[in-house]
Amino acid sequence: MAKKLITVNVNGKAQEKAVEPRTLLIHFLREELNLTGAHIGCETSHCGACTVDIDGQSVKSCTHLAVQCDGSEVLTVEGLANKGVLHAVQEGFYKEHGLQCGFCTPGMLMRAYRFLQENPNPSEDEIRHGMAGNLCRCTGYQNIVKAVQYAAKKLQEPVTA
Amino acid sequence: MIPPRFEYHAPKSVGEAVALLGQLGSEAKLLAGGHSLLPMMKLRFAEPAHLIDINRIPELRGIREAGGTVVIGAMTTENELINSPVVQAKLPLLAEAAKLIADPQVRNRGTIGGDIAHGDPGNDHPALSIAIEASFVLEGPSGRRTVAADGFFLGTYMTLLEENEVMCEIHAPAFAQGTGYAYEKLKRKTGDWATAGCAVVIRKSGNTVSHVRIALTNVAPTALRAEAAEAALLGQSVNAATLQTAADAATAICDPAEDLRGDIEYKTAMAGEMVKRALAKAWARCV
Repeated sequence: MAKKLITVNVNGKAQEKAVEPRTLLIHFLREELNLTGAHIGCETSHCGACTVDIDGQSVKSCTHLAVQCDGSEVLTVEGLANKGVLHAVQEGFYKEHGLQCGFCTPGMLMRAYRFLQENPNPSEDEIRHGMAGNLCRCTGYQNIVKAVQYAAKKLQEPVTA
Repeated sequence: MIPPRFEYHAPKSVGEAVALLGQLGSEAKLLAGGHSLLPMMKLRFAEPAHLIDINRIPELRGIREAGGTVVIGAMTTENELINSPVVQAKLPLLAEAAKLIADPQVRNRGTIGGDIAHGDPGNDHPALSIAIEASFVLEGPSGRRTVAADGFFLGTYMTLLEENEVMCEIHAPAFAQGTGYAYEKLKRKTGDWATAGCAVVIRKSGNTVSHVRIALTNVAPTALRAEAAEAALLGQSVNAATLQTAADAATAICDPAEDLRGDIEYKTAMAGEMVKRALAKAWARCV
């Protein structure tokens, strides 16, 4: 089976690699690019721990082939912080204690990041539905909802010089 | 879990995809959203030697209205259905029901055509398609043909779609003013398939039913059209007695498989309950 040459922009950096067609995006990120933030959880598109952003949409990278990303822009949790400054969703999870073991957190952060662009001022109910594709077995979700609310508020604050 | 090895093809047109299917035969599978096929490949339930990725075919995407017909490209995703002003206005049942399918991430990838063509009785679009009286445009080596949703589903993973055909479009008549509709889906959690589901489209004349379609999800080897239940309602008003009659007629055709969602008796009873809830909701919306 011939490898395919793909060019993917990951966290702002063009990556040109030859991949086997069966390579899943999650393995490409973790093993080819050493970006181990996205986690392998259920491997069946249920848990959301592998969630990344592809061309402005949340996608479960365990159920997406790397070859399908040829020409795409991928953002992973490693690309969220800007020059050492946490993104508002990261700050929210930290301030509101939105994690315990942390396994689901990279996926939660990436989904929250995209969700707040789809819906910048969500109700609690909309947050719960918007984050419904990400499972957490520790927190009971209360603090995750609070973390997203924190980030929503922070992102709406006027930028101060 | 990693899928077995395969050759990857990414045609740019339906013609190219059909040619590849003809060339590669039963060794090939079409890759739409991939959220059924890739998990099946990981588990070795499917081991195609060739994957034909139809995600890069622009003509398979998009939603438009032509005359009184809504035309939906087969590769339209669930989130595109939810957010489409045309679907919201003309086929609101689909926009509402798609929110009950899978979860936000999966709805970015999962497509209406994939959901239909897969032939899984747990999928929601088969019953929805029957309820909205949809038809499917299929393209094969000898051109295009159109088949009705009612009659398309032959068995679990078996449909009228031939191995050398690509599903291109879903056509459905725009709802007439005042059409009532509902999709009731009992599920254990987000992302689950239905324990039982029921799609209803209904119209009234005076205070009696002038048109009704009732279709069931995941209570038989295929989606079911509950024709006897429809017949029992025509010309009647919808009330507690006629709801019960319709539910009884619908449960009589149920043939669910026992699994972790419940045994046969429970699933059949829940199908009846979904029929009643969907009918009551659709009737209340009917003007």
